[in-house]
Amino acid sequence: MSAPTGTVERVAGVFRICPTTGLKVHKDADALIKANAVVATVALLIGGLAAILVLLTRWQAVHLLDAVSFYRVLTIHGMNMLIFFILFFEMAVLYFASAVLLNSRVAAPKVGWFAFGLMVIGTVLVEWMMMAGRADVLFTSYVPLRADPTFYLGVILFAVGALIVVGIFFGTLVVAKRERTYEGSVPLVTFGALTAAIIAVITLVHGAAIYIPTYLWSLGVLAQVDAQVYRLVWWGLGHSSQQINVAAMVSIWYLLGALTVGAVVVNEKISRTAFVLYIAFISMASAHHLLVDPGFGPSWKVVNTSYFMYMAVLASMLHGFTVPAGVELGMRLRGFTQGIFGWLRRAPWGDPGFSSLWLSLVVFGFVGGITGVTFGTEQINIIAHNTLRIPGHFHATVVSGTAMAFMGVTYYVIPLIFRKKVAFYGLARWQPYLFAGGMLVFSMAMTFAGTFGVPRRHWDITFAGAPFNVGYSPAVDLLMAVMGIGGLIAAVGGGMYILITVVSVFFGKPLGEDCTSAALAGSVPPGVYTRPFTELPTEDVELEEHGRLGMMPGTMILVLIFLAAFVVYYFANWKLLSFVWRVG
Amino acid sequence: MHTTGVTSPKGVWWKPAHRSEKVWFTIAFIWCMVLFAMMPLWHLRGGQNPSGIRARVDADAYRARVTQFIQDYQVGSENGIPVVAPPAGSDVYLLGQMWQWIPILQLEQGAEYTLHLSSVDVNHGFNLYPFNINFQVVPGYDYGLRVTPTEAGDYRIVCNEFCGVGHHLMVGKVVVQAPGTASATTTTPNAAGGDR
Repeated sequence: MSAPTGTVERVAGVFRICPTTGLKVHKDADALIKANAVVATVALLIGGLAAILVLLTRWQAVHLLDAVSFYRVLTIHGMNMLIFFILFFEMAVLYFASAVLLNSRVAAPKVGWFAFGLMVIGTVLVEWMMMAGRADVLFTSYVPLRADPTFYLGVILFAVGALIVVGIFFGTLVVAKRERTYEGSVPLVTFGALTAAIIAVITLVHGAAIYIPTYLWSLGVLAQVDAQVYRLVWWGLGHSSQQINVAAMVSIWYLLGALTVGAVVVNEKISRTAFVLYIAFISMASAHHLLVDPGFGPSWKVVNTSYFMYMAVLASMLHGFTVPAGVELGMRLRGFTQGIFGWLRRAPWGDPGFSSLWLSLVVFGFVGGITGVTFGTEQINIIAHNTLRIPGHFHATVVSGTAMAFMGVTYYVIPLIFRKKVAFYGLARWQPYLFAGGMLVFSMAMTFAGTFGVPRRHWDITFAGAPFNVGYSPAVDLLMAVMGIGGLIAAVGGGMYILITVVSVFFGKPLGEDCTSAALAGSVPPGVYTRPFTELPTEDVELEEHGRLGMMPGTMILVLIFLAAFVVYYFANWKLLSFVWRVG
Repeated sequence: MHTTGVTSPKGVWWKPAHRSEKVWFTIAFIWCMVLFAMMPLWHLRGGQNPSGIRARVDADAYRARVTQFIQDYQVGSENGIPVVAPPAGSDVYLLGQMWQWIPILQLEQGAEYTLHLSSVDVNHGFNLYPFNINFQVVPGYDYGLRVTPTEAGDYRIVCNEFCGVGHHLMVGKVVVQAPGTASATTTTPNAAGGDR
């Protein structure tokens, strides 16, 4: 493939043309992406250190922290990972998917900085309250557990800031359309980000609806916030925010597919419809946190927890096909036509962008997705609720799924946006395997321990000092140790990521003007200089049909294996449920 | 012309799906319908459903009900917690509070009880060990579940919703006796450590 050489041109002093991608990058977009990404990394570092402490306490053989510190550090872990790291990163994704991909300016950059400021102030307030021990209420802060009012105020400021950024994203889409910065429709990645942004509005409105009354209650203005109503509305924030992650992650899957191997979109209609299904049905998902709650009846639970007949699960299953199918088709069109899995064998497994994409896809689907849908079934939730099965599930989705995808795309953002070489590139090639592999072991050990009834969010499962003894099976000790080891491996992977990004961004070598493979090989992911995403195969290439498996036989076999695993796990859980006491 | 995720499709992109995609869509859709159908089906045929009798209840009223329940059927005490043996088929009241389950229940195998769960302070989590049965215990709400203990044994109730710094101390007890063996009961004095 021809490697372009280009110079950094300045257009009207505002845009610079990226010599690698040919995209015009607005300087404000550039700076806003950088600022949000840097704060996200700081939050990841804090949350990651907290993760190690939590891990070494739950690993009963180590049992590092005392009870007070454990719950405090667990609160810090949850807020930093699920709120601050993820949302700051998503703000960067929104600027990227609008301004950068559409070659547009940012609609209101000054407002963008104002929003960034609000989010940072909110974050600092929350961190301060948590670390000072004035908000030992965990991530969910279920009332009537009470935190300092400043904690709730911090969350509200953060959410308002995020809502403003979402508004700027919509504004940028309008600006780009009006100023004709692109032809045709918005690219699929932007479309996916748009769905994430719409879900973000739904989420943040729920956040306001629950945190404002809770703030007033903590100040003594309101007498009471109903504990069940709190759980209902809070999960409208707590779960919907995970759906922002899903939509953003799937968008990044498509993005990484394009950047690393030039994956094509097999059918725009299918992929975009699947994103629309997320918007229409995902907000009901909050209900699957309330399946064994007293406030709601069976029909409400059945309808809502199935995201209305599992239409959002259908969406994920469609993406689970179209993303690998796009990779397969893209590679076949480029000549990787050997057999059924030749394209997969010859894929760039040393490209951290590609390995991240694939690991994220597989662990999210096989572990996170299957367990999530199974535990989220009304009756099966009886044998899953609040046990370690739940964090086992969501670490597979949000950590080895979302965070892994975000890490993978970072290896491209460093050269494409920050214009730096990736520091310790040799380490970067290994990082996804350590991180996702460790997380996979961690999640599975946790999930299995949960089947023995081991509770989540619990300081001491030896129950020392409790009035009655509880003796878990010796298998639990083993599983907790496996969880500990898997978690530590993942922590090493996470630490490598932080080291690589911080050194690259602040002390990294500039990319320079020479974008040839000779100049860049071994210091950035190969997609940056081979640019498969800029050379689209034409329709002329004839592809072989593999009988009933069609033109994408490898993907078809993979999704059928996935379905088989899903069916087995799902019905095995019904069987497990049938062994417990009759209850109704 | 193919598109990638980062290229703008030109013209109309609403085109017929690829055959493989149609096949997978159909399989996935059918599977989603199976997933959906299983829940109502289990309500009809299955023995484990989280339906229950649900009502709002004031904390003081619930505490009074539990106190009455203990007075009616108390047969002893263990570690300072009353042991209660309600008749088969009756309403059974369990109260969660920081950081205790009150009272200790003595039930008969195979009999159906309506087990009421509520909290008088914050959220708690009902986890029956070693059977992995879990329910959320929410202050202000009475969750009345019709339960049938299917096996005799010595069970624990582990709190699995974070309820403050003493969360790990919150362990309760349920004893299920085979029918006919229900004795006057074991009255253990408040010996430290109990049956540890």
